[in-house]
Amino acid sequence: MSEPKGAGADWTEERGTSDEERRRSEGGRGGGRGPETNETNGADEPVLEIRELTVHHGQLRALDHVSLRVFPGEVYAIIGANGAGKSTLLRTIAGLHRPTEGSILFDGANVTRVRPERRAIGGIVMVPEGRRLFPSLTVEENLQVGATHARKGPWTIERVYELFAWMKDRRTQRTEQLSGGEQQSVAIGRALVANPRVLLLDELSLGLAPVIVQRIYGMLPQILATGLTVLLVEQDVSQALRVASHLQCLLEGRTTLEGKPSDVTPEEVEAAYFGLRSAPTDQGSE
Amino acid sequence: MVWVNDIIQGILIGGLYALFACGLSLMFGVMKVVNLAHGDLAIIGGYIAVGVITVTHIPVLWSFVIVVPLMAVLGYVLQRTVIQASLDRSILTTLLVTFGLSVVIENALLEFVNANSHSLGTDNAIITSSFSIGSQITIAYLLLLIFVVAVVVLTGLQYFLSRSRYGRLIRAVADDKEAAQLSGIDYRHVFGIAAAIAFGTVALAGIAYGMYSQFSPTTGTDTILLFAFAAVVIGGLGSLWGTLLGGVILGVAQAIGAQISGADEVLAGYIVFLAVLVLRPQGLIARRAQS
Repeated sequence: MSEPKGAGADWTEERGTSDEERRRSEGGRGGGRGPETNETNGADEPVLEIRELTVHHGQLRALDHVSLRVFPGEVYAIIGANGAGKSTLLRTIAGLHRPTEGSILFDGANVTRVRPERRAIGGIVMVPEGRRLFPSLTVEENLQVGATHARKGPWTIERVYELFAWMKDRRTQRTEQLSGGEQQSVAIGRALVANPRVLLLDELSLGLAPVIVQRIYGMLPQILATGLTVLLVEQDVSQALRVASHLQCLLEGRTTLEGKPSDVTPEEVEAAYFGLRSAPTDQGSE
Repeated sequence: MVWVNDIIQGILIGGLYALFACGLSLMFGVMKVVNLAHGDLAIIGGYIAVGVITVTHIPVLWSFVIVVPLMAVLGYVLQRTVIQASLDRSILTTLLVTFGLSVVIENALLEFVNANSHSLGTDNAIITSSFSIGSQITIAYLLLLIFVVAVVVLTGLQYFLSRSRYGRLIRAVADDKEAAQLSGIDYRHVFGIAAAIAFGTVALAGIAYGMYSQFSPTTGTDTILLFAFAAVVIGGLGSLWGTLLGGVILGVAQAIGAQISGADEVLAGYIVFLAVLVLRPQGLIARRAQS
């Protein structure tokens, strides 16, 4: 059972060269990384790349040299326990936190210093944790705000109404009157109408009943079919494993595991999630 | 009949107070900025009107065509620079900064204009004349005009906020500016638009005040700001109709106080203000989220 520890340690050591490693493996991946992978030429270049990102909240180091590369058409899942830095990572990608080190590349362009609203207009759109709808606006007005600076693309307010069949009849209601699952759907709709290239989903399952969570994640294939890429953060590991084409586990701001869901064992995930087996090693190295 | 006349006068002057208050209410509702320079900005509007009329000789009633856009631009610029910079630090900093702005404006006016009182349109028949209903009730055309303008401005503002694209963005940003950023909205620009509207309305109020009474560099803080605050608090923050109601109640209370004794005019208004603060701190019309 030394494999989890080994995997974690290797990843840590390879940190400097991990980008090249991954690029090489992409080139020779043959069948691709999963059935969902988009097999176009565009898939050879990451749509979103994070290099050695370090973020501080005051004195606390929330993220410690985290790197990742998201390719077009992927569902890239970040898992980890509370306080692992998942949401910080997503919020930093959206532009809400300034990193102390590292860079964020979107379509090869460095967007590390770009303001959040410019990133959204450029195609990085986040569904924030806790939904964050505009409570004094109606459902439709929330969607209209999302579409204010929309890029050209397949998503319109009408299309969102098709995706969530109940929504059109209740479009004039305030969002406070909706259930949690319905609010989450509006939040997703508000992000979709901007026609993002990369959709960031922060803890969709938070505060929702499991059956509602499944229903919302069940919408993902229809969303992906329109050609966008998803980077999601999820505390619910089994849910993340079900939908992800690529997985990365964070623990205390560091990457502890990374790979295709089919390539990692539940034991590895458990160890990476809780930092169980590698804990003695970590203490030794620090 | 004396009381009926008082109440009518109070209601009409309430329109002026509401006009003062709506900009204050808007800036608090959207940016959470308590603009302590609000009264002084009204006075600046008045002084600009004096200058514009002297230079261009346009009729006093039309001076707003120039003054309001000028003040709106000033509002946008001040919001995007000084006020935004203080907002980025903390909400409390905005109190200090707008207080500082108020002091600077007052002293600059004393320095560059002088301490004399000014008024607008004393030679204009519409502004100075009135009509009577029966023997007891006399209504000044000017007060009626100001009241109508206030109702039109508040209705227009309400309609703008609830129906227009920018109104929607203003409400969204007031709700959650970070979520708005995630939708690609530059909230600082939207704040600027809201400040431009607030400054435009306060300029209108300043001109109206200049016609109704007379102003000097200190009128902004010792009269207008306090009345505007009272109207906003009585009516309820963030509710435009509440602001009109607050202005009217303040006006009526003052008119009744004046009837009892000339010295009680202002006191009566503040007693109502205090009573509302103690008994119903959320205001008479609590904010049900604008619209």
